[in-house]
Amino acid sequence: MNFEKIYEYTEFLLAGTKVTLSYTGYSMLFGFTLGVLLAFLKIQKYKPLQWLAFMYTSIFRGTPLLLQLSLIYFATPQLLDYDITAFQAGIIAFSLNSAAYISETIRGGINAVDKGQAEAALSLGVPYRSMMMQIILPQAFKNTLPALVNESINLLKDTSLLSVIGAMDLMRRAQVVGAKEYIYFEPLLFIGVVYYVLVMALTLLSNILERRLRRSDQH
Amino acid sequence: MISIDNLSKHFGKQQVLFDITTEIGTGEVVAVIGPSGSGKSTFLRCMNLLEMPSSGTIMIDGQNITDKKTNITKVRQNIGMVFQHFHLFPHMTVLKNMIYAPMKVKKVSKKTAVKQAMELLERVGLKDKAESYPSQLSGGQKQRVAIARCLAMEPDIMLFDEPTSALDPEMVKEVLEVMKGLSHTGITMVVVTHEMGFAKEVADRICFMDGGYLLEEAPPAQFFSSPQTERAKQFLDKIL
Repeated sequence: MNFEKIYEYTEFLLAGTKVTLSYTGYSMLFGFTLGVLLAFLKIQKYKPLQWLAFMYTSIFRGTPLLLQLSLIYFATPQLLDYDITAFQAGIIAFSLNSAAYISETIRGGINAVDKGQAEAALSLGVPYRSMMMQIILPQAFKNTLPALVNESINLLKDTSLLSVIGAMDLMRRAQVVGAKEYIYFEPLLFIGVVYYVLVMALTLLSNILERRLRRSDQH
Repeated sequence: MISIDNLSKHFGKQQVLFDITTEIGTGEVVAVIGPSGSGKSTFLRCMNLLEMPSSGTIMIDGQNITDKKTNITKVRQNIGMVFQHFHLFPHMTVLKNMIYAPMKVKKVSKKTAVKQAMELLERVGLKDKAESYPSQLSGGQKQRVAIARCLAMEPDIMLFDEPTSALDPEMVKEVLEVMKGLSHTGITMVVVTHEMGFAKEVADRICFMDGGYLLEEAPPAQFFSSPQTERAKQFLDKIL
């Protein structure tokens, strides 16, 4: 093992953290928003829209993420004559993909909220929209928080697929260093540790959040 | 006034309410009693359309609420409902539970809503619990908050769906006391209950249901001493 050889690349490798995190952050944000929307489509009563949402989930869950990423990055210029950047393609692919999973998680969370909650809100004359946003969803989120954190951890790790389309994330940078110095173990181990630390930080954050949300459960 | 005309309700193929017709006057306190599965709760839940009647009409102060054009959200603001299992919002404090609907639906200012909520909490004896979460309250306390939460909307009608059935025996009284207090305020009350003592003492009229039919209606004194139908006689023999 020879870490001295990659010492001068420390800064270069660590700069990948910001790239990885920004892909994760944006994708989580868009994926979450779209996921909530899809979950609403799934629980509303109008069949065609319901079907559309379930179809969406089925397709994005039923095909590999790497394929979706490649399609969006490599096929967009051919189909739309638009030169899509790796950043755009990455965010779009990860958002669309995670939305499929998140929508199922949220749907389950909404269904798990006691039906009486909706009845109580409705009987007070609270409109459907407010009831969903302020009564049902907060409880659904609380129930699904662990699953949502899981999803964001998966997303964080899945961004390593970006190296395939040339985005300079952690993974790609390790490969670059490896190719330059002809050593692979050290840079890969290095970013492995970085990924692990990031995931641990995310877990810690969610634990704090969960504890805060559980405040109302204390006896 | 609530006028119910030929109300029927099906769940799938099963019919649970059969041609119920009755009138409930303004300020009247009606106790709906009968064995489990007799359709009492469904009957009650039709009155604020938590269950959609399969046929028949319900008029509230001259407005047909079963008409598709009626804005049911608006109608419900005027009808409070108290549930067997309370259904307080667990992620909100007691105070927040109480001011949420008035602020959201009636656009009352926060200051006014809080002032009114505190008065109501005092009335049900729970002023010191304003900042507690529902999970920190006993069943009886939860139900009293649930009643106060309804009252915060200043409804003309209150529906009670077995409000004491999920409570420890010791806590039944505190809830019934609050309800008794309400019965003198001019609010129309429809109470589905198994508390015969309460029905006898507080109700102006008893509605006896069985098998989805409204079998008998009478003032409590008359109903409990000389029920007209055979089924009501049997029922009373078993429970009294």
